[in-house]
Amino acid sequence: MADRERILKIRDLNISFTTDHGKINAIRGVNLDLYKGETIAIVGESGSGKSVTTKAVMGILASNGTIDSGVIEYSWNDENTGEHKTVDIAQLSEKDLQKEIRGRKIAMVFQDPMTSLNPTMTIGKQVMEPMIYHYGKSKEEAYKKTLELLELVGITDAEKRMKNYPHQLSGGMRQRVVIAIALSCDPYVLICDEPTTALDVTIQAKILELIQDIQKKKNLSVIYITHDLGVVAKVADYVNVMYAGKIVETGLIDEVYYDPRHPYTWGLLSAMPDLDTDDDELYTIPGTPPNLAYRVDGDAFAPRNQFALNIDLRVEPPMFDVPGSSTHKVASWLMHPNAPDVKMPEALKNRIEKMKKEGE
Amino acid sequence: MNKSTMKYIGKRLLISAITLVIIVAVLFLMLKLMPGTPFNDEKLTEAQKLAIYAKYGLDQPFFVQFFNYMKNMLTGDFGVSFGIVRNMQVSDLVGPRILISFGIGIAAVILGTVIGVLLGIYAALHKNTLADTLATIFSVLGVSVPSFVLGLLLLLLLGVTIPVFPILYESSHPLRSSVLPVIALSFGVIANVARFTRSEMISVLASDYIALAEAKGLDRTTIIRKHAFRNTLIPVITILGPILVNLMTGSMVLEQIFSIPGLGRLLVEGITVNDYNVVLAVSFLYSVLYVVMMLIIDISYGIIDPRIRLGKGD
Repeated sequence: MADRERILKIRDLNISFTTDHGKINAIRGVNLDLYKGETIAIVGESGSGKSVTTKAVMGILASNGTIDSGVIEYSWNDENTGEHKTVDIAQLSEKDLQKEIRGRKIAMVFQDPMTSLNPTMTIGKQVMEPMIYHYGKSKEEAYKKTLELLELVGITDAEKRMKNYPHQLSGGMRQRVVIAIALSCDPYVLICDEPTTALDVTIQAKILELIQDIQKKKNLSVIYITHDLGVVAKVADYVNVMYAGKIVETGLIDEVYYDPRHPYTWGLLSAMPDLDTDDDELYTIPGTPPNLAYRVDGDAFAPRNQFALNIDLRVEPPMFDVPGSSTHKVASWLMHPNAPDVKMPEALKNRIEKMKKEGE
Repeated sequence: MNKSTMKYIGKRLLISAITLVIIVAVLFLMLKLMPGTPFNDEKLTEAQKLAIYAKYGLDQPFFVQFFNYMKNMLTGDFGVSFGIVRNMQVSDLVGPRILISFGIGIAAVILGTVIGVLLGIYAALHKNTLADTLATIFSVLGVSVPSFVLGLLLLLLLGVTIPVFPILYESSHPLRSSVLPVIALSFGVIANVARFTRSEMISVLASDYIALAEAKGLDRTTIIRKHAFRNTLIPVITILGPILVNLMTGSMVLEQIFSIPGLGRLLVEGITVNDYNVVLAVSFLYSVLYVVMMLIIDISYGIIDPRIRLGKGD
């Protein structure tokens, strides 16, 4: 895939928050790439920094957060001149971010549709608002486009629904509206922050299918943030496993799922609930993530890692390429040629074998 | 306005009417249970007293009296005053005072609400800054300092030291005379509304739909004006009811201080001389005001908040 067009390039991103408990280094050197039409997923526990990363991309970090270093390069072809342009979002002013990036180039689908719509504004107005605001569309134009969008996201009786208020719609419907809002200014990148977590299981699959469907139709690039590995497997091309503000394993879906290398990824995959496991208890990763208010020496996961090497406690592991792959990378000393040969736990291995069979 | 809204308002009007009848009944009963009568003059003999009771129908059994009162009230006859201006029609006594009292009260509510909302929003937008702290101090002061203390202070400052406004109410200058009482009354309203608006605004600004509005790429002013303002105002409207009650009690003392010929002062006078009909009429008026205000608040709540609106909304 030589002609892939890179749309987002994050390099060595460091973000910290100033709190009453001191400075918290929430993001510690994140690298990410997003190509046109492709989907990446960022998975990790709460507090691993997956939401913060995407908020930085949108330029909506909380007021106490700052980008200490790094670049977030966003590239696009100008609609009028066709010229290829690149900006560093990390360097843009709030005004430029608001006017040029947010909503127009990068849009976001929020986690909880029950609370992310304005309760006192009709659905129609909420979808029409950004296009009128950014593109100065007339009411009639905006109305027409909103109708199309609502139909696109699978809302039946769209004309009637436009006059409805959020409380008159079900959770699944509301999430469709949130997606319609995100699409209203024809963005290139769609960030989905746990888009199905707050929804009924029966609705989840439908919303995921919808997002995939729209992605194909509009050739969107999508970033999923989730802790649900099941969702990732369904929708993403690439997975980035995040831990304590760092990406610890990245690769194609199959690489990370069928050939996980980082002990944290092993833990995550083992902790996935499963119907036909022999164990009585669900596996959990022991311990808790480190407090990022303190300096982290070595590998942040080391204290919870039963396979940790001596060096893990002292020196931070670099990104190692997994042999035979140009996409699969792991930040673990276990990948070092001189490291002892540590294999993933037997239970997980069996599980992956089963997954592979089901996948075929 | 659609059919279901009309039905709702009709229902509320009916409930309000029933509420008022119950209020009158309770007031009536309580006044009868009060010790003494309007005719406590020592010079009156027992026979004379009985004659007076008979004249005003006070010798009738309770239910007959109540029934007669209600019947007369429906025709607009609130009886005559027994004490303050003997035999004067209560409606003539009360009528001219309504405008003065309600005028001052409504002016105070409007002034207080507008300033309070603006102050609260300003404080919320500048959370944890000096301006916010000052606004909070002001609010605490406004809530804790009674309106009559402030009224006296204003009198001293703008009536005596720098005599800009009259010390006592002058019927010839109703507007000029109302300035100080309105300010004194509105202070508490400002404080209450500002405090409430601030906390509402802060919680609204932290909500998901504001984050979504941000993600849409709207500027701050648009976000506040179009998404935060309305959602902040809805709960603020609800506290106007209790504020109004506060205002009524506050105005009674304030009317004494400024010698305003208003309802509050009339009520206090009526109570001291057991002037049943006056007390009843004024209390009833206050109740009507309160009930009507609550009705207006509930209806406007429904207009401003679609979730409260009745029917399916389609």
